[in-house]
Amino acid sequence: MTIAIETRGLTRVHREVRALDDVTVQIRENTITGLLGRNGAGKTTFMSLATAQDRPTSGSVSVLGESPFENARILEQLCFIRDNQRYPDDYKLRHALRAAAIFYPNWSPELAGELVELFRIPQKTIVKKFSRGQLSALGIVLGLASRAPVTFFDEPYLGLDATARTYFYDVLLRDYQAHPRTILLSTHLIDEMDRLLERVVILDRGRVVQDAEVDELRGMAHQVSGRAAAVDAYLAERRALSRHRVGGLATAVVDGPMPQGGRDAGGELEFSSVSLQELVAAYGFDGADSLGSTSDAAQASQIDRQGARS
Amino acid sequence: MFDDTRPIFLQLAERIADDILRGVYVEGEQVPSTNELAAYLRINPATAGKALNLLVDREILVKRRGIGMFVTDGAKGLIAAERQQGFVQSFIRPLLAEATALGIDRAELIRLVSTEVTGTEVTSAEIAPAETPRAPAPEPEAGTP
Repeated sequence: MTIAIETRGLTRVHREVRALDDVTVQIRENTITGLLGRNGAGKTTFMSLATAQDRPTSGSVSVLGESPFENARILEQLCFIRDNQRYPDDYKLRHALRAAAIFYPNWSPELAGELVELFRIPQKTIVKKFSRGQLSALGIVLGLASRAPVTFFDEPYLGLDATARTYFYDVLLRDYQAHPRTILLSTHLIDEMDRLLERVVILDRGRVVQDAEVDELRGMAHQVSGRAAAVDAYLAERRALSRHRVGGLATAVVDGPMPQGGRDAGGELEFSSVSLQELVAAYGFDGADSLGSTSDAAQASQIDRQGARS
Repeated sequence: MFDDTRPIFLQLAERIADDILRGVYVEGEQVPSTNELAAYLRINPATAGKALNLLVDREILVKRRGIGMFVTDGAKGLIAAERQQGFVQSFIRPLLAEATALGIDRAELIRLVSTEVTGTEVTSAEIAPAETPRAPAPEPEAGTP
């Protein structure tokens, strides 16, 4: 299995914040991989470093076997669509498409034309005046029609209506099958997009908390709910990823597969499955092991971690 | 379409097996390709490929190089045999548990099943002779859904 993107101990510190903290991952060639995690988890930083738009504080990144920094041969094979992609002030749609055609060796004008129609992108409006959804749509056109061997989409769906998102997923899968390439995309719409992904890397506070095949993660955690005392007892020998307590009732997302049958022997606890989205949310949950419900615990743990670093 | 309890490739393999069992695809017929399944179901092609390969391993499908995947001769029998093993566990035991919870006794349960099978109302007198007293209904297991 060839590796498209490989990082070793990749770290990026912005003043006191560790945006990316000792990240060692391998993204396989010709897969669609999801980069998941909360805002500020380090997803955009990871993409910026892999596309040489930013430099690591320490550690290394190699793309298609080489360092991408000031490496034209590698850079022309990369396409990075930022969530807030900027365009020159006077650009209209045709200017953006013309520039992309020059920049990307594998550019497909046919695919670009098809997508412009599907997304109903205006021809005469300057890009600066595009709505959020139109801007995202233009990013998707550039990202897909570039057919770059390594394509990065940072939250490509922002502001897109449900129909446009469906078009995006359909064309992404179709064109990926016809022209296999490595696609790394970050998303918060996990329930909607998890089936498109082959692998996921889940980041939290700049660190990798999970790196696996999507299908491996299904059934790898479960949810338990019931009376707080019973839930506590159940959790005594297990790892809770997140806990939620209201009055005498508690719910927790627990590492590991669900016990057989869906109910415990005493019938006091109820078990249910956890979607990938719920799992990612659980990883991002602060104060996972403090039942004292709340923000105090979350803040305390945040201060703890920051204190430990500085 | 898919749930979160199990890997999607397993759920997809089960669906295709289901379709074969119900005659949507007959023995010797070609099933949709990885690409068709991926596009139709909007799933990653690797996931669709894994489902088809699982069925090849179980000898339900056979790969013909350069042409596609076909339902093997005897696939239906294989699937039926696998499913029969789960029939008591998945259907009969939950049926008995629900009947007990609703206070439906054995004679009434058999009468209801016979009515469904024949499509006409069956009275308890009609089925009484068929009842075999030496085979009591198994106690439903506690906790069976």
